[in-house]
Amino acid sequence: MFAIARSAVRSRASAARFSLTATAASIHTLPKLDYAYDALEPHISGEIMQLHHTKHHQTYVNGLNAAEEAYAKTETPKERIKLQAALKFNGGGHINHSLFWKNLAPTNAGGGALEAGPLKEAIDRDFGSFDKLKEKMNATTAAIQGSGWGWLGYNNATKKLEIVTTANQDPLLTGLTGMPRRTAHAPIIGIDIWEHAFYLQYKNVKPDYLKAIWNVVNFKEAEKRLVEATQ
Amino acid sequence: MSQHTLPELPYPYDALEPFISRQIMELHHKKHHQTYVNALNAAEQAYAKASTPKERIALQAALKFNGGGHINHSLFWKNLAPSKSEGKGNGGVIADGALKNAITQTFGSFENFQQQFTTATLGIQGSGWGWLGVDPKTGRLEITTTANQDPLLTSVPLVGVDIWEHAFYLQYLNVKADYLKAIWSVINWEEAEKRFTEATSGARL
Repeated sequence: MFAIARSAVRSRASAARFSLTATAASIHTLPKLDYAYDALEPHISGEIMQLHHTKHHQTYVNGLNAAEEAYAKTETPKERIKLQAALKFNGGGHINHSLFWKNLAPTNAGGGALEAGPLKEAIDRDFGSFDKLKEKMNATTAAIQGSGWGWLGYNNATKKLEIVTTANQDPLLTGLTGMPRRTAHAPIIGIDIWEHAFYLQYKNVKPDYLKAIWNVVNFKEAEKRLVEATQ
Repeated sequence: MSQHTLPELPYPYDALEPFISRQIMELHHKKHHQTYVNALNAAEQAYAKASTPKERIALQAALKFNGGGHINHSLFWKNLAPSKSEGKGNGGVIADGALKNAITQTFGSFENFQQQFTTATLGIQGSGWGWLGVDPKTGRLEITTTANQDPLLTSVPLVGVDIWEHAFYLQYLNVKADYLKAIWSVINWEEAEKRFTEATSGARL
């Protein structure tokens, strides 16, 4: 799954060329979770995890496969252009959720535990403290006007961790940092703020969801991504 | 300065059952719409105090989002009504008249219109609204969508359907199609006809 993120970050064009011009349609599949549906309770309910995985993510997988099958059959630019929205939306949905499941972990498997190491150092360096990171990321994510994702991303140009957001199912490739400037980021931690990610449990109270999710963030995975991004 | 306020619903919170649950209506009205009202008031108050273009520009997103949210939801409560099929009101029934004719002429049949509206609304990639609107100059009906809380500007809104997940998730979970099938039973076609007549009456603005 990390290979998907890596190729998406490094070379969107070549990744697209690989999957879309293959003569046999590539078949994406729903990745399994590394933990039981109720393993993130009480922070994220089993009901949400099951729906989110087996319904929402599955729908992106199915939609992506259908769009790619249709693309393989197209003969004209006009036909291909018509499929762009479906490829972008479902491709983004598949990538984003695949990354999301891996960046969560049960508390008895290290979820919520930020240990000493390169990630903690980078957080302290770029945000002052872990608490300040959480505060800023929660405020930024809660302020998204619609559906989308809050990200902690590594900016390879500035060599810093930055908080960025993406709309709808746009993956983190270029994040808006609040300045009118787009730069490439590697996704380190992503938080789904689509209402389906929390509504059954937290209703309209987004801040409670955002406070709770930090208890199940998989910091080991986040650190792995940071180390790879900085190599 | 005058403040925006949350409009009252024209019906009790449970009046649209079983099509839209009381729980959803309460949260949607008292929490979501109220939040747009509060935030719009805050943004307008801040705007009144702004003294530089930079400060005003910084408020644009809040004014657009919360202004749109307030308008869209205010229109939405009025374009719903307790259902005729439950014996609670006139919701879900379109009377013979100018609007029904226009729908049949434009879309072939009322069922075709419903199908197209549903397909368009289901196709929204994120949060947003499905709309039936009318061009006041030509009388042409259009089915269109807007993203997030963008209001309908390209035509006069006759019927709007909220497809943000908070509008249906507690009752319909991920099955948007079931929500869109159900909501037809509580669409207030009397209100839609009123808006249609007003928009196409030839009044010079």
